[in-house]
Amino acid sequence: MPEEASVWDVFVTAASVADALHQLAGLQGEGRIIAGGTDLVLQAQRGLCPSRAMVDITRIPELDRIETRDGFVVIGATVTHARIAGSPTICSQAPLLAQACGSIGGPQIRNVGTLVGNVVNALPAADGAIALFALGAEVEVADLDESRWLPIAELYEGVGMCAIDPCAQMVTALRFRPLAAHLGSDFQRLARRRALVLPIVNVGAVVGVYNGCFTDARIAVGPVAPTPFRASEAEQLLIGQPVSDELIAQAAVAAASSARPRPSLLRGSPEYRTEMVEVLVRRALGNASAQAVAA
Amino acid sequence: MPAITCIVNGTSTTMDVAPGELLADVLRERLGLIGVKIGCGEGECGACTVLVDGLAVLSCIYPAAKADGRQIVTIEGLQDDRHLHLIQQAFVDRSAAQCGYCTPGMILAAKALLDLTPNPTREEILTGISGNICRCTGYYQIVEAIALAAERSREGGM
Repeated sequence: MPEEASVWDVFVTAASVADALHQLAGLQGEGRIIAGGTDLVLQAQRGLCPSRAMVDITRIPELDRIETRDGFVVIGATVTHARIAGSPTICSQAPLLAQACGSIGGPQIRNVGTLVGNVVNALPAADGAIALFALGAEVEVADLDESRWLPIAELYEGVGMCAIDPCAQMVTALRFRPLAAHLGSDFQRLARRRALVLPIVNVGAVVGVYNGCFTDARIAVGPVAPTPFRASEAEQLLIGQPVSDELIAQAAVAAASSARPRPSLLRGSPEYRTEMVEVLVRRALGNASAQAVAA
Repeated sequence: MPAITCIVNGTSTTMDVAPGELLADVLRERLGLIGVKIGCGEGECGACTVLVDGLAVLSCIYPAAKADGRQIVTIEGLQDDRHLHLIQQAFVDRSAAQCGYCTPGMILAAKALLDLTPNPTREEILTGISGNICRCTGYYQIVEAIALAAERSREGGM
């Protein structure tokens, strides 16, 4: 398909974050950051990306790191899903994120696609983002004037709508607190097959248990609303209460009542998906609390 | 038009690529490496899989400009002058190709897997080729062929 092959007119490589932001500014609204491009190339081919100029950030060394800094696990903007899924740091400090990134696409997509790209695309189905919501992650947004950390939920304005200005800003990193010993986590995903499909429902859960009672609970659910969301009513039911299967079942019902799925030929009816939210939240809470109790 | 230099199947290659050109098109149309198959053209089927710095990637959605400075291996780069690569030979011996269209991508996905995991479980083989779709064989022979290649590799090649 040679006539369709030119998906954009300019492709430049940035040497640093400052360079990338200057190049974006110089492109005066025509430019956009590209990392793996696994979504962006398709969006461009389908005419869904208005930008005709790409600024490649994958040669910027400092963005390619997973590190522990100031008590946070920090993941740079060009770190791929495969790196995260295989990272000893992530597997030990945030295992649900390794599970989530390991379930995205197939091996080839995971080798190229990035977790930050998963967030910037702002799709409610994004597995990596669901895990980040459950981790209470923050996102570093940089422009020419400053860089600041925002709670991840602030980036989400609707289906595929990210709050950052893609022509002037970029996300440089993600960060979250490593899961302490009394915390357990789990990621659950329901899909028609095990690779290369978006999830019907996905759930990330982090819980803390001390003296047999829940001390912390964070439950993230997608794609059953325009953005990933935290099932806060279900979280509140758990905190301070003794761990039991009955309580977990009640919390799962509460989480399902927060779901607002649309009918979808690909993902099933709202009734089915709401019921599956309950099932997946119950499983995720069961696994996460078993880990927390065992710790 | 940016010029890129990359090592394709062991040979250093410099060429001008259009900003929006994709690696699969460059490999097929410029270099004649038509073992790179374009199936879906949108990163869903794995037929266009090539290795970039040893990692399996989908060349149909990989901007060619990103390949600058990288080592690329296509199916044409696996065999030496006289012998098939042992994964290729195992595919022949286990009749793991029917129409053959998915085979180059499948073999390169297998190579990426075996380079990292020389002694894979059946589950690891299934995960390793989970980004590649075959519409003929039902995967059974493909999984057997990859297991055979791993076994022969452990025994010191063929």
